[in-house]
Amino acid sequence: MAHATAGHAPAHHRTNTGTDNRKLLMWFFLGSECLFFGSLIATYLIFKGDSVVGPFPHDHAGEKGILDIPVTSTSTFVLLMSSVTMVLAVYGAQHGLQKMMKLSLLATILLGITFLGFQTYEFRTFGHEGLNLGTNIFGATFFVMTGFHGTHVGVGVIYLSSLLLASFRRSGLGPEAGFHVETAGLYWHFVDIVWIVIFTVVYLIPT
Amino acid sequence: MRATRLGLTSLRGRRLLPLLALVLLVALLVACDAPQSTTEIAGNNNDKLWEPYRVVLVLAAIVFVLVLVLTLGFSIWFRERPGRPARQIHGNTRLEVIWTLIPVAIVAMIAIPTFDALFKIDKDPPADAMKIEAIGHQWWFEFRYLDDKGETVLTTANELHLPEGKPVTIALRSVDVIHSFWVPAISGKVDMIPGHDNNISFTATKARPEPYLGQCAELCGLSHANMRFRVFVQAPADFDNWMSDQKKDSTSATGDLASEGEQLFAQSACIGCHTVRGTSAQGKVGPDLTHVGSRTTVAAGTLENNAQNLARWIRNSADVKPGSKMPPQGASAGGTLTDDQIAAIAAYLLSLR
Amino acid sequence: MATVAGTLARPANVGVWSWITTVDHKRIGVLYGITAFTFLLWGGIQALLIRTQLAVPNGTVIDAERFNQLFTMHALTMIFLAVMPLGAAFFNFLTPLMIGARDVAFPRLNALSYWVYLGGGLILTSSFFWDAPSAGWFNYVPLSGQTYTSDLGIDFYVVGLLTLGTSSLMAALNFTVTIINMRAPGLTMMRLPVFVWMTLIISFLLVLALPPLTVGLIQLLFDRNFDTHFFVPEAGGDPILWQHLFWVFGHPEVYILILPAMGIVSEVLPVFARKPLFGYPAVVFAGVAIAFLGWAVWSHHMFTTGMGTVPRTVFATNTMIIAVPTGIKIFNWIGTLYGGSIRFTTAMLFSIAFIVTFTIGGISGVMHASPPIDGQHQDSYFVVAHIHYVLFGGAVMGIFSGIYFWFPKMTGRFLSEGLGKLHFWLMFIGMNMTFFPMHFLGLAGMPRRIYTYDQGLDWGFWNMFATIGSYVIGISIIVFVINFFRSMRQPKTAPNNPWDAATLEWATTSPPPEHDFDVVPTVRARDPLWYDRDHGIEAPEPTGEHIHMPPPSYYPILMASGVALLGIGVLSHLALTALGAVVIIYSIWGWALEPTD
Repeated sequence: MAHATAGHAPAHHRTNTGTDNRKLLMWFFLGSECLFFGSLIATYLIFKGDSVVGPFPHDHAGEKGILDIPVTSTSTFVLLMSSVTMVLAVYGAQHGLQKMMKLSLLATILLGITFLGFQTYEFRTFGHEGLNLGTNIFGATFFVMTGFHGTHVGVGVIYLSSLLLASFRRSGLGPEAGFHVETAGLYWHFVDIVWIVIFTVVYLIPT
Repeated sequence: MRATRLGLTSLRGRRLLPLLALVLLVALLVACDAPQSTTEIAGNNNDKLWEPYRVVLVLAAIVFVLVLVLTLGFSIWFRERPGRPARQIHGNTRLEVIWTLIPVAIVAMIAIPTFDALFKIDKDPPADAMKIEAIGHQWWFEFRYLDDKGETVLTTANELHLPEGKPVTIALRSVDVIHSFWVPAISGKVDMIPGHDNNISFTATKARPEPYLGQCAELCGLSHANMRFRVFVQAPADFDNWMSDQKKDSTSATGDLASEGEQLFAQSACIGCHTVRGTSAQGKVGPDLTHVGSRTTVAAGTLENNAQNLARWIRNSADVKPGSKMPPQGASAGGTLTDDQIAAIAAYLLSLR
Repeated sequence: MATVAGTLARPANVGVWSWITTVDHKRIGVLYGITAFTFLLWGGIQALLIRTQLAVPNGTVIDAERFNQLFTMHALTMIFLAVMPLGAAFFNFLTPLMIGARDVAFPRLNALSYWVYLGGGLILTSSFFWDAPSAGWFNYVPLSGQTYTSDLGIDFYVVGLLTLGTSSLMAALNFTVTIINMRAPGLTMMRLPVFVWMTLIISFLLVLALPPLTVGLIQLLFDRNFDTHFFVPEAGGDPILWQHLFWVFGHPEVYILILPAMGIVSEVLPVFARKPLFGYPAVVFAGVAIAFLGWAVWSHHMFTTGMGTVPRTVFATNTMIIAVPTGIKIFNWIGTLYGGSIRFTTAMLFSIAFIVTFTIGGISGVMHASPPIDGQHQDSYFVVAHIHYVLFGGAVMGIFSGIYFWFPKMTGRFLSEGLGKLHFWLMFIGMNMTFFPMHFLGLAGMPRRIYTYDQGLDWGFWNMFATIGSYVIGISIIVFVINFFRSMRQPKTAPNNPWDAATLEWATTSPPPEHDFDVVPTVRARDPLWYDRDHGIEAPEPTGEHIHMPPPSYYPILMASGVALLGIGVLSHLALTALGAVVIIYSIWGWALEPTD
């Protein structure tokens, strides 16, 4: 580069920490997201077991709990596997292994969509069984918390899909492919980790 | 130099500080005199909280004067003068330590009496404390006197009578939004929150004929400003008399106008919301009116209780208290009652003593 | 200039469009400043209406409904639309200059922050045409629930704050990265100007404090519109949850409002005392400590909600401890005056006054840190006095100090010192007349947020006094506005460093060129310009190399209009929300593919 560059600089531009501005932005954004999900999860915990009427999440006074733990364990496994494929995609991107990167990205996207399919199925089933946003405090806390998580997975799927689409351009993802995929990976892993917490809090710990 | 003249001479007068002190003194006197003042002490809670408060006020005055004198003093002393360059000081560790420790000491001096007062105020009331339930409504206070088993023995509204020197514990409830129970002379406030079992316990210490004034202190909607109440602290014997009078059912009205009002009242929409014990009126939405004639105010402490004001209130309560939940009764405001009928009902209500 | 198919061409850098499409941090700072000042005037008019109603007992100027709307909107306007963005105006304009950078890390994101702020501000303010929010700025449920406030006002509140929160979050992320990553060579963290430190601290606070508010707003939105019962006790919910979520945000928010002013004062005092800031590390660490402790004190806003004795003890202790770093700052500012050669410019007068008036607010803060005392202060006029000594005596005085100080740098022109001093004295006297008597009113038992009071309560005198004071403040603002327009008609005569200041923004021209510095400066000390002056180091000669600056872009304002549509849709028809979403998606796409050169 012949001239000095301001602002939104490429990765090789000098920064005080050595970390690219955009990656640092992602880290701080995820820090903010921690508080966002933290507040949603805290709300869930505060109201855990406070529902006045059913359906209840876990077995309650002889009534069977509405949560289908085996099914959601499966979807949790699916999302965890997507983190593995994400790692592979980052590896591929950083080492110039185009095919590996594209396939792993595709796999991550498909696993993410599968997870969303599970979630849609779960929401619909709950709806049929009479649990809605307004039914009780479990419904409100559960749907809002997992709904926002699902939205984040959806945004992640779109994010990764655009990277995948862009990688089919003649120039591919350009010289910064590894950087782009890695930054997307940070987001994806974060969303996974949040799910682990939600899964534990909602499904594994009974009321 | 022009800057100095414009900037500082007006502050340099020696009269400034004494003037300031005088203003403060007058101001505090005015504040103390006000009928709803926190500085008048008529309850043990307010008495206790003034222990840390006095400490805080003294320390606050010292700190403020220190900062003021140093800031002004340095500003004036070290103003730009020819031949005296600024001293390039970057800091002083010893000073930093000192002025870290000074606030620590001040905070400790505030914290100790604070916690002492807090624990005393929060102490559980004695088992024989009088039990009362105060319920916040938009925009009035309902008071229920309870017996030892927690059963209601008397329901009244907006005027609370308390015996001097006897501990009371008041359960604070709300049926709609958050209100706050505050009688400055007797105690600090505690909120009335729907779904929460809050309590306030205190002893009123000074009987007097005039009421202590209280007011809702949490924004509760349109007429938040008009949600007031009165506390009458009486000698125990007077209080017992009041109590036994209030427990009686209402008696039939005497006099033509009041009797007409009694009949109108029994046939009107009033009984859907109001109770007059001993009659068919058993509504529970609005204030209990069994002895409304004995109260000093109507409309939650906003109007003096007389025939004219009662009529005004009945005709169109929202005219007195914006947003009032009581529908207008006067024909002029969309209701069904004529002014003569309203006057009769007002006369009847005033007879309920 | 190449375009990618489907994206908009980069606009030309002239005329009105050059402002609409600008990504220059200085221009964005100016936009923030002008917009925020306009909102400040509007919030001030609201305040004057409130004071007029309260001037005499049983006032009849404004009815109860309008009064509730006015005090709610006064707070929202002043906090979210005036004081916060005025802070943003300063840190937008100054941060890159002070750290020797050519722009912020993400110039287009910076423009987006501004346009989203403008959109949120217009949405919130336009509520007066329908129903303005009326449940107070902390908007407690159940009053703000559908049952008790069914009009659109609360929805305006929710949508407005969500939009403004988005804007603040983006700005905060941007400045965190900028300050951490883009400092000039030699500018270590412990050489950063205190103002930049404070910007960094509030950026962190915003990044972490906004999400709890966002969650609370979402829950309120769902309770009001989608049948949930987060805050309805009969259905298992709890109104206290809102208070916790609100104040977990709300208390750090207080520091977000005051820390920029502390930063400004820490820059102004040394320059006009002609000596370095006393105890720089202590001032910086005290700022960090305030921000850190600020997270552990939110429940002191809830002492009267029936919290247990032990939690109140803990929160009271934490709150009192904040007095320690605050005291350290105040003493260090006083120490900065000691031994100086003080020039009484208008900027300096505002800063000196700040020390005193802010101290009053700080002291009354310590008073209601004590829960028994707070039992009397909470929701009374004493608290109104306290917040105004912090936010007016603190934040606003600091901001005006900054305006007089940096005006030559921002415009190349000087504000008149004569009118400036008139402005200062009127404002100083007016604010003390307005807010000091409120302490007495609080002690006399006057609750806040009442639209009327009885003659017999003896509150009339001090209320009238305060109202007169508020008009004096109003006059002082008129003097400032006259001063502003007069000076804008003067020629640009300001030299690079008219005050003989020490920080990097004074090393470049007034106003600075688009690329800020011809040569990125090298920093050798904490007060770089004084060091260079005293050591005879000449500014480096421009090398004449081409400096590439990010070109202007349509996408920030386009995306912001999408965000605004999203919110307007929630308030009116969901079709608009869908349209907003389409605009946003298109903007992201175009944004991502827009060539950077």
